[in-house]
Amino acid sequence: MSGQDALFEYLLRLGDNALILGHRLSEWCGHGPALEEDLALSNVALDLIGQTQLWLNLAGAVEGKGRDADRLAYHRDARDFRNVLLVEQPNGDFAVTMARQFYFDAWHYLLLRELMGSKDGRIAEIAAKALKEVTYHVERSREWVVRLGDGTEESHRRMQAAVDDLWMYTGELFESDEVDQAVIGGGLGPDPASLHEPWLGLMRATAEEATLTLPQPGWAQRGGKRGIHSEHLGYILADLQFLQRAYPGATW
Amino acid sequence: MATLTQPGLDQIRSWLGEVPDPEVPAVSVMDLGIVRDVEWSGDELVVAITPTYSGCPATSVIALDIEAALRARGIERLRIERRLSPAWTTDWITEEGRQRLEAYGIAPPAERAKGPSPLDRFLRSTPPVIACPRCRSENTSRVSEFGSTPCKAQYQCRDCLEPFDYFKCI
Repeated sequence: MSGQDALFEYLLRLGDNALILGHRLSEWCGHGPALEEDLALSNVALDLIGQTQLWLNLAGAVEGKGRDADRLAYHRDARDFRNVLLVEQPNGDFAVTMARQFYFDAWHYLLLRELMGSKDGRIAEIAAKALKEVTYHVERSREWVVRLGDGTEESHRRMQAAVDDLWMYTGELFESDEVDQAVIGGGLGPDPASLHEPWLGLMRATAEEATLTLPQPGWAQRGGKRGIHSEHLGYILADLQFLQRAYPGATW
Repeated sequence: MATLTQPGLDQIRSWLGEVPDPEVPAVSVMDLGIVRDVEWSGDELVVAITPTYSGCPATSVIALDIEAALRARGIERLRIERRLSPAWTTDWITEEGRQRLEAYGIAPPAERAKGPSPLDRFLRSTPPVIACPRCRSENTSRVSEFGSTPCKAQYQCRDCLEPFDYFKCI
């Protein structure tokens, strides 16, 4: 795999993670448990969609075939998406949404901090911009994990179930393949494995505060980074891409 | 009407000082520090702007508003350039901007941006103490980290009960 091909793949992963999670969160719009939470979820979604535009536009520029962020978002099929499985998991109840968010935000935060030092200035500047936003995301999702975990019997039971059920999707965040190796070798991004210990540290500290039991390391679901997805992604794309598929190039 | 001589940069900045932010019209795009640079490149005016947040939908409206305002002043050759780096910070909001925000009912950022945060910043974060823009009481509480736009958080005053926006520090 050439360096350009690996960089393109890597940027798709960054962009698709933000796109699919942003879409998932936007599904809450109008359904949040309280007006403030509805607004907050939509605002986090908006930040992620903004970051998607930056990453996917850069991916398109690196690819050099004239595809921009919209083209990449609306005209690829599920097998061409490179997001991790975690972000395509359904919203479930509010505990599931917040557990998924905290797992992702903590990892995202650690990753962006490293990407700020990327040798590719275009990556470094997007990371610096996104990190400011993601710092607020992780503060908020962490607060919710603590509030629900250390809340009522019911909220504790639900948050513990969410933390348990989503755990198997976190392993993929720290695995590397030839794309990651090329990115590490070129000084463009960190070794995913190097983020694992700091991430676990944040998880342990938060679980303790939230009176939750962190699951034991175990078998990890994987595949999203290579385009092997759960059945959920197809439904997301049907919703996300319908308009551009039915009316290609439609604008307003 | 075409301008016969190029307007000076100070003149242009003062025109831009009359272009309101579309979401917070009490402040101008200059007050917010969104306009990063204004310069003549030959007979073309180049205005560099930066988004506040990556997904801020106002950015394209701001570009249009700036273009319309300058065209109305007779500037015909104009290019709006988007810049991502250095990333926008609330530190760039001017003193007048802070005062206008507060007069409008939005509490301005209470602290300076800290740059890349230490790893465990969010493990021990506590919401900053924000004075109520209506009654000045510091007996306020944060309702939500996010408000009507990503750049604001929601607070409520415990004394006068006013719910208000806080322009959070990034």
